[in-house]
Amino acid sequence: MQEWANQLCENRQFGSKMTDSKYFTTTKKGEIFELKAELNSDKKEKKKEAVKKVIASMTVGKDVSALFPDVVNCMQTDNLELKKLVYLYLMNYAKSQPDMAIMAVNTFVKDCEDPNPLIRALAVRTMGCIRVDKITEYLCEPLRKCLKDEDPYVRKTAAVCVAKLHDINAQLVEDQGFLDTLKDLISDSNPMVVANAVAALSEIAESHPNSNLLDLNPQTINKLLTALNECTEWGQIFILDCLANYTPRDDRESQSICERVTPRLSHANSAVVLSAVKVLMKFMEMLPKDLDYYGTLLKKLAPPLVTLLSAEPELQYVALRNINLIVQRRPEILKHEMKVFFVKYNDPIYVKLEKLDIMIRLASQANIAQVLAELKEYATEVDVDFVRKAVRAIGRCAIKVEVQLQLLTGIVKLFLKKPTETQELVQQVLSLATQDSDNPDLRDRGYIYWRLLSTDPVAAKEVVLAEKPLISEETDLIEPTLLEELICHIGTLASVYHKPPSAFVEGSRGVQHKRLPGSAGSGESVESPEAASAAVPEPTPSVIPSQEDLLGDLLNLNLDLTPPTSSTAPPPPSSGLQMGAMDLLGGGLDSLMGDDAEPHQSVCVRSDTPQSPLQSPSPPDYSPTQLGGDLGANPTIGAGFGAPPPAAVPPSFTAPASRGLDDLFDLSGGVGMPTGAYCPAKTVWLPAMKGKGLEISGTFTRRSGVIQMEMTLTNKAMSVMTDFAIQFNRNSFGLAPAGPLQVLTPLSPNQSIEVALPLNTLGPVMKMEPLNNLQVAVKNNIDVFYFSCQYPMSVLFSEDGKMESKVFLVTWKDIPNEESQFQIKDCHLNSDAASNKLQGSNVFTIAKRTVEGQDMLYQSLKLTNGIWVLAELKVQTGSPVFTVSLKCRAPEVSQAVFQSYEAILKN
Amino acid sequence: MIHSLFLINNTRDIFLEKHWKSVIGRSVCDYFFEARDKAGDPENVPPSCRPLITTSSSSRYNSGLFRRMLRTLIKDNVVIVYELLEEMLDNGFPLATESNVLKEMIKPPNILRTVVNTLTGSSNVGDTLPTGQLSIVPWRRAGVKYSNNEAYFDVIEEIDAIIDKSGTTVFAEIQGVIEACVRLSGMPDLTLSFMNPRLLDDVSFHPCVRFKRWEAEHVLSFIPPDGNFTLMTYHVSAQNLVAIPVYVKQSINFFDSGSSGRLDITIGPKQTMGKTVESLSVTIPMPKTVLSTNLTATQGSHTFDLATKVLVWDIGKLNPQKLPNLKGSLSMQSGAPKPEENPSLNIDMKIQQLAISGLKVNRLDMYGEKYKPFKGVKYLTKAGKFQVRT
Repeated sequence: MQEWANQLCENRQFGSKMTDSKYFTTTKKGEIFELKAELNSDKKEKKKEAVKKVIASMTVGKDVSALFPDVVNCMQTDNLELKKLVYLYLMNYAKSQPDMAIMAVNTFVKDCEDPNPLIRALAVRTMGCIRVDKITEYLCEPLRKCLKDEDPYVRKTAAVCVAKLHDINAQLVEDQGFLDTLKDLISDSNPMVVANAVAALSEIAESHPNSNLLDLNPQTINKLLTALNECTEWGQIFILDCLANYTPRDDRESQSICERVTPRLSHANSAVVLSAVKVLMKFMEMLPKDLDYYGTLLKKLAPPLVTLLSAEPELQYVALRNINLIVQRRPEILKHEMKVFFVKYNDPIYVKLEKLDIMIRLASQANIAQVLAELKEYATEVDVDFVRKAVRAIGRCAIKVEVQLQLLTGIVKLFLKKPTETQELVQQVLSLATQDSDNPDLRDRGYIYWRLLSTDPVAAKEVVLAEKPLISEETDLIEPTLLEELICHIGTLASVYHKPPSAFVEGSRGVQHKRLPGSAGSGESVESPEAASAAVPEPTPSVIPSQEDLLGDLLNLNLDLTPPTSSTAPPPPSSGLQMGAMDLLGGGLDSLMGDDAEPHQSVCVRSDTPQSPLQSPSPPDYSPTQLGGDLGANPTIGAGFGAPPPAAVPPSFTAPASRGLDDLFDLSGGVGMPTGAYCPAKTVWLPAMKGKGLEISGTFTRRSGVIQMEMTLTNKAMSVMTDFAIQFNRNSFGLAPAGPLQVLTPLSPNQSIEVALPLNTLGPVMKMEPLNNLQVAVKNNIDVFYFSCQYPMSVLFSEDGKMESKVFLVTWKDIPNEESQFQIKDCHLNSDAASNKLQGSNVFTIAKRTVEGQDMLYQSLKLTNGIWVLAELKVQTGSPVFTVSLKCRAPEVSQAVFQSYEAILKN
Repeated sequence: MIHSLFLINNTRDIFLEKHWKSVIGRSVCDYFFEARDKAGDPENVPPSCRPLITTSSSSRYNSGLFRRMLRTLIKDNVVIVYELLEEMLDNGFPLATESNVLKEMIKPPNILRTVVNTLTGSSNVGDTLPTGQLSIVPWRRAGVKYSNNEAYFDVIEEIDAIIDKSGTTVFAEIQGVIEACVRLSGMPDLTLSFMNPRLLDDVSFHPCVRFKRWEAEHVLSFIPPDGNFTLMTYHVSAQNLVAIPVYVKQSINFFDSGSSGRLDITIGPKQTMGKTVESLSVTIPMPKTVLSTNLTATQGSHTFDLATKVLVWDIGKLNPQKLPNLKGSLSMQSGAPKPEENPSLNIDMKIQQLAISGLKVNRLDMYGEKYKPFKGVKYLTKAGKFQVRT
């Protein structure tokens, strides 16, 4: 390339006469006119010059589309350069002149038969770039021929053309069977053809996340690995990126792929290196850590990553951003390479900041002295931003490293909590600290404690046991699910931005979410994309896969309060009253509840704890969060505790206003069941540890046809939080905020605020895994935080979901696919109560039949996107087991709808 | 995948745009302009703010081709650049970036060809399929012929080091590269072996190098591309292997009272393996409050740039018998507080005929062709980012 530049330089010295700059000189009005004349000239040379002028104008954005017919006329030529130029022009303007473009088709078709493979390839390549529907029809035959061309150069160009065509007209490509031909090309003898076929298939598969296009199996993997060694650098990247999507069957296969990929780490092209790192990082998850090879691999990964840092600053930055991710996932890889991240004074500021960040992540007891010495050096640098960050980094290091001071404080705390047993210990430690220690800090603190304890133990308790604001070195870590996804995108822009691709890629194209495979031996099953969508009848639904960590957090939170139950619990919904109690607790009214609050709280977190429905009567349509939300301002506070007359409830609170009467009737009819719209308990979505002190818990409700996301924002940091904003990632049902997040006052430390965000379903749609997963980004003055949560499908059940009984019958018969059957256990309701409860959440009973002591309820519901779900609910009198059969034209929603059924009925 | 490419000049005009997969509006460039306004110095714009200009996969040829080319050059050859881009990517997939292949497909312009083309009406576009692109040696074109067959290898090592004020090495590493210029006819198969290959544990190779041979025997076996190319780069970071060729005795002081400071720098040889240190120079970015300098050097010349506040001392050859010294006073802005930062010293130097890591080429053998090529190996050690803190 350098040579190129030099040659161009040389060229420049001979003056502008010889160069293209002359094409820019004509800016007169008659320019187009003149060009037209030249294009129609008889002299070949003049024609070519004219086309060059046209192209030059085009590249700077001038509109030369008026010359379309004249340029196309130059197409039929045996001069390759002229042909290329005309093709370049065609690509640019065919869209605005579709009728004219048709004129060019004949030449394309003819060129596809040219004896020169270069021209055949050129024709097929250009045709694919002309995004005009009319042309695509003519393209099929030549393309089919070119896909089977004897010359590999043509075949590989044709492979890419399939991807282009698919982008214009996906159906056509499928109908013509091009996808199968493309799959066959994976076994082609020429490695470059294989690489391009893989690239094309990967791109097509990206827009069809669930298609089984890249059906990777050990045989194809083997073919790809063979081609990997022989194709060009960019081909290697396509293949490596494709490999990264494969999930090996076991650790042995994983190891053998890793072994064949590691040589790529020594490639000169940094993109190849990064793609190889991505594959290795992913497959390493499958390897048991005690395996020798695991250690070898760790060692092999370090040098190439370090080498990437010797490139230009821009590449360095890309490498550093990727290393930042890798270090968070596997700090052991680079733990001995601290020094390469030392900052040079003339590094650009963005490189400096990134290096600093990685240094802190790598800091440990073993190298802390070295790191601190460096940080001290940086504190005298010129750049203020950098100095600030360096000073802060010293603080972060301090948290990482354990000190004697903590031991001292710990012992004093212990003494304050259990004075009788530890009196001797505390005295001994205090005397050690004050008399024997050489460390002035330790001595000072010892004295302070000693005096505090001897003068006023109560004050000591207040001081020493005070709740501390959250400071954690973890605060800057990336949320684990996001980190996993980003690791799968190493070497792409996602890993540089530290954002999932869906956050910055525009357009309708679906973006597949990628995850790391489960580690070997941990018992986690490796999930396949179909796992959640296939409606498998199971007695107890298993934990929704990709929420493992969120649920994990939830379980941890309540670990010591929860009574032992089965470990496969769905996300916890709970009864209204209990949840209200919890919110009240948070609101500072715990004195009202007394100590009883705790057991209540513990029960409500787990849904499958058997509870008597009669124990907590609550007014109709009283969603729990409302209690918290309207605390203080509304007379309904009492409602959660006592039983105010149902009429006192403002009508707007009843879910569909029209049904308020039914509900009243139900109540007076003595069923004694609350029939409010189901609403799960608030769960913690963003723990303060991951939100730099911001904790968000929340839930979803549906009232009068309005979906709301109700959140409690709690500031557990030390500084005031302002400027809140919220954004959703594209999701399965197009949920989107209907307005901005209304947090009007700044949130001061230790303050909580309740916000209700109205949602609509007009947002962009992308299928999520699981279906009801929602990825949310919340911004405040400190940072942007990402978390994901799941909304109950019931918020999507629309009010007009009651089907005509005739229509129901016809539709039930009409849906061909087998119904999905589920069972709900431990549900102590009679069929009427169940029907009422479901109706509260817009599941409408259309007919009821009783056969041999078994009540069959036929029900319908409609999702906001117009999908109808028909259900048959079997209730055996006296049996706590319900059977739900669901029929739907979109069977993938069944599982999620069933979960809502279960949650509503058990609420 | 690259959708669109925009080339922008300093006055914010887009002077070339090319779209592959879909057309992206020019307005995206505004993000870049915004980031540049914020950063002040264009060098400080983080690459992520240049979404379409540098992506991880494209930056290699970006840096190779575009960044070093002047705008006028592109403008003068816009059609060629456009044709090149078209060859390099299809549907946004990078395809051919080997300059050898590209040169065959679109011949680089030169004065002779321009004249010939004008006279005969022939073109710059090759009308035969580049043979290399599909063979298993895509980096080499077929039918290469030379009357003088020669192969030269330059082993170039750069020392990156941070030395603290007491003279202790905080960090040091060697970035090595073997640049080759091979002009051999036919399909030569070369084997390059080293005296001490064990030095190299972190290497990256040109695609032509057979990795298996390297792993098994630690020799470089390859069919070379034609012309200039980078055969391999390597990285030596083991502290004991990195020799520091010079030492620096320095004191830069700013006084609390009065508006002055003192500077005294002496440089001497440390581990030079008996070779001469040449082209020695010291660059010191001074604090902004330094107004002027009054210095005397025993050797070489020195300049202080009043605008950028950079002091450059150009020493030249290092004479071990008579160590170069730069000494004198600095005058500061009166009333300004004593600068807090300590300026770092940036050392530049060259040592001919030495690879500081001790790497030595043992021999070069050629197979596959009958002629006797002329072979040569040169060594050079340079300072990379060699910094002395004060």
